[in-house]
Amino acid sequence: MIELRHVLLSVIVACFAQSAAANHADADAKRGERVFKKCRSCHKVGEGATNRVGPQLNLLFQRVAGSIEGFKYSESMLRAGADGLVWDHNTLDTYLENPKSLISKTRMNFRGLKDAGDRANVMAYLRQFSDNPANIPEASPTTVGTDHEVDPAILALQGDPEYGEYLSSECVSCHQIDGADSGIPSITNWPAEDFVIAMHAYKDKKRVHPVMQMMAGRLSAEEIAGLAAYFEKVGQ
Amino acid sequence: MKLNRRNFIGSAAAVSATLSAPMVMGGSHGRPRVVVIGGGAGGATAARYLAKDGKGMIDVTLVEPTRTYYTCFFSNLYIGGFREFSSIGHTYGKLAADYGINVIHDWAIGVDRDAKTVTLAGGGTLPYDRLVLSPGIDFKEGAVPGWDVTAQQKMPHAYKAGSQTQLLKSQLEAMPQGGTFCMVAPPNPFRCPPGPYERVSMVAHHLKANNPTAKILIVDPKPKFSKQALFQEGWSNHYDGMIEWIGPDFGGDKVEVRPDMMEVVIDGEVTKVDVCNVIPAMKAGKIAEIAGVTNEAGWAPVHAATMASKVDQNIHVLGDASHQGDMPKSGFAANSQAKVAAMAIRGALTGSKVFPAKFTNTCWSLIETNDGIKVGASYEATDEKIAKTDGFISKTGEDAALRKVTFEESVGWYDGITSDMFG
Ligand SMILES: Cc1cc2nc3c(=O)[nH]c(=O)nc-3n(C[C@H](O)[C@H](O)[C@H](O)COP(=O)(O)OP(=O)(O)OC[C@H]3O[C@@H](n4cnc5c(N)ncnc54)[C@H](O)[C@@H]3O)c2cc1C
Repeated sequence: MIELRHVLLSVIVACFAQSAAANHADADAKRGERVFKKCRSCHKVGEGATNRVGPQLNLLFQRVAGSIEGFKYSESMLRAGADGLVWDHNTLDTYLENPKSLISKTRMNFRGLKDAGDRANVMAYLRQFSDNPANIPEASPTTVGTDHEVDPAILALQGDPEYGEYLSSECVSCHQIDGADSGIPSITNWPAEDFVIAMHAYKDKKRVHPVMQMMAGRLSAEEIAGLAAYFEKVGQ
Repeated sequence: MKLNRRNFIGSAAAVSATLSAPMVMGGSHGRPRVVVIGGGAGGATAARYLAKDGKGMIDVTLVEPTRTYYTCFFSNLYIGGFREFSSIGHTYGKLAADYGINVIHDWAIGVDRDAKTVTLAGGGTLPYDRLVLSPGIDFKEGAVPGWDVTAQQKMPHAYKAGSQTQLLKSQLEAMPQGGTFCMVAPPNPFRCPPGPYERVSMVAHHLKANNPTAKILIVDPKPKFSKQALFQEGWSNHYDGMIEWIGPDFGGDKVEVRPDMMEVVIDGEVTKVDVCNVIPAMKAGKIAEIAGVTNEAGWAPVHAATMASKVDQNIHVLGDASHQGDMPKSGFAANSQAKVAAMAIRGALTGSKVFPAKFTNTCWSLIETNDGIKVGASYEATDEKIAKTDGFISKTGEDAALRKVTFEESVGWYDGITSDMFG
């Protein structure tokens, strides 16, 4: 099952290996409106839109993540917002492609839009509900990387938990192994794939936290896999 | 793996045992023995990892005089009223009960490197195959003219946490309205580079609420200090006009104190103060010097990959006492170095796998309620030293939400590191 998904993914990645910005040039708000049907059961946008299962999406661009008063966000979303995550073309593109890559424990129960064209279109649609659509930067000049999905070959790596245990000694200076999560999130017993996706998002600087960017930045894909394998099972 | 000849001397049986089962190399006395001196950030972590990962194959003894270790980290927050004193105290019960570490509450007063033994103040002698020294710091005599340790009741350093920290806090609370709090800051290198400046922030926090016309004077021999822009921005945001920093350009490097008169003489000019926190120049904890592993500057040079002393391969020096390269002297750093050393020692004594050394550090500081900042870096071992590979620092002008999360992170880190040290 997992195998099949990886194969599919690699096909998709091969087909849409163009940059998000390039796609944006031909983005089509009308088509985006159709794509938005997938979102509509939870999100409202347009005049009078209110929060439902998900927050309303007016003025989404340049909005700080997790910042709508009164909406009950996940802890992860609030933390990301406080760390400096702002919704722009690039961060939304990442989030829409695979929500968990950006916000591990997001409440948004959505697998993601794997088609870069769909994402560009739906963003073009949502842009219409922001203040000055023309002024919205396509992507801030400092953002890096446009291939958002973790390479299936990386996801397929079998980590060595023994090596992971050694490496984990660096993590547990801050993250408590018993899963306590005051101030610093728990990383104990995460599904290995979520762990790998999150760490690569830091490594690629898609996630904003500077300590984690530094920690993940120096870990190889094998090392991340080792850590994921160790933390998935630790204490069980 | 390189075998250490000395570990084999003792019995031929040990040699043949090694060939069939390279796991036990302690010689005739059975399990290899590691003695750890100092149960702080470096020593407690090293003892715990040696016992935990050694899985019973290593005999670990921890020598530490105090029954309750008060962390220097967060001791400033206690001074500021953000933490209870009891919340920064930790005991060794779990290390003994859950990890089988032999905890001895005594001072180490001698190291015989040829016999490989440690002498205790209480009279005992402990043999070792490897010795870990993590004794923290001591103060250099004569560093601040007029001050020596006999003056520490009048002018506390509060740079080893415990009764000194309580004393400084009570002096702060007893300050007359509109009085002066003076800090004599230390020269480089010293433990916790942002420590004095976080302390000033916490003192200012207390004064702002209780004694708003009081002044804080920092007399500093250094032309610049850690996270300076961030601290100075925070001070002018929260404590405008309260804090005066006197660097070397204005005589901060020419200071003398008169504890009996509560006077500070800065570049010849006498100032009366109400509280004086003297943080003198530092060197490695005395036992490192006694062991003969320190250099002229007073610190113990080590090999980066193993934290082994450059003078004696059987002694590892961790934390503040070590002279290792680019890492600051912090609890985070000592904890990180301890894990590298524990791995290297285990590898040498039991043949377990040794992975490449990695080090990290992050130091959080609190400026005012929910205004936290941080600085950190990652490091690797080179032939020459522990070398910085990457780093980050909080930025001036960050918004309140980010600063709040940063502070909350530091609370999480405190819980993380103390459970990593004490189990
Ligand atoms: C005010 C302040 C704030 C700080 N804040 C932070 C912070 O926020 N983050 C951070 O990472 N670091 C912080 N630090 C620095 C941190 O406390 C030290 O760097 C760290 O404790 C060093 O660990 P260590 O093992 O080298 O020494 P220590 O933790 O000091 O441990 C040394 C131990 O050895 C024992 N000992 C000494 N001599 C002997 C002997 N002869 N025999 C037996 N035992 C002996 C002592 O009793 C002591 O318990 C701060 C320091 C101060 C002063």
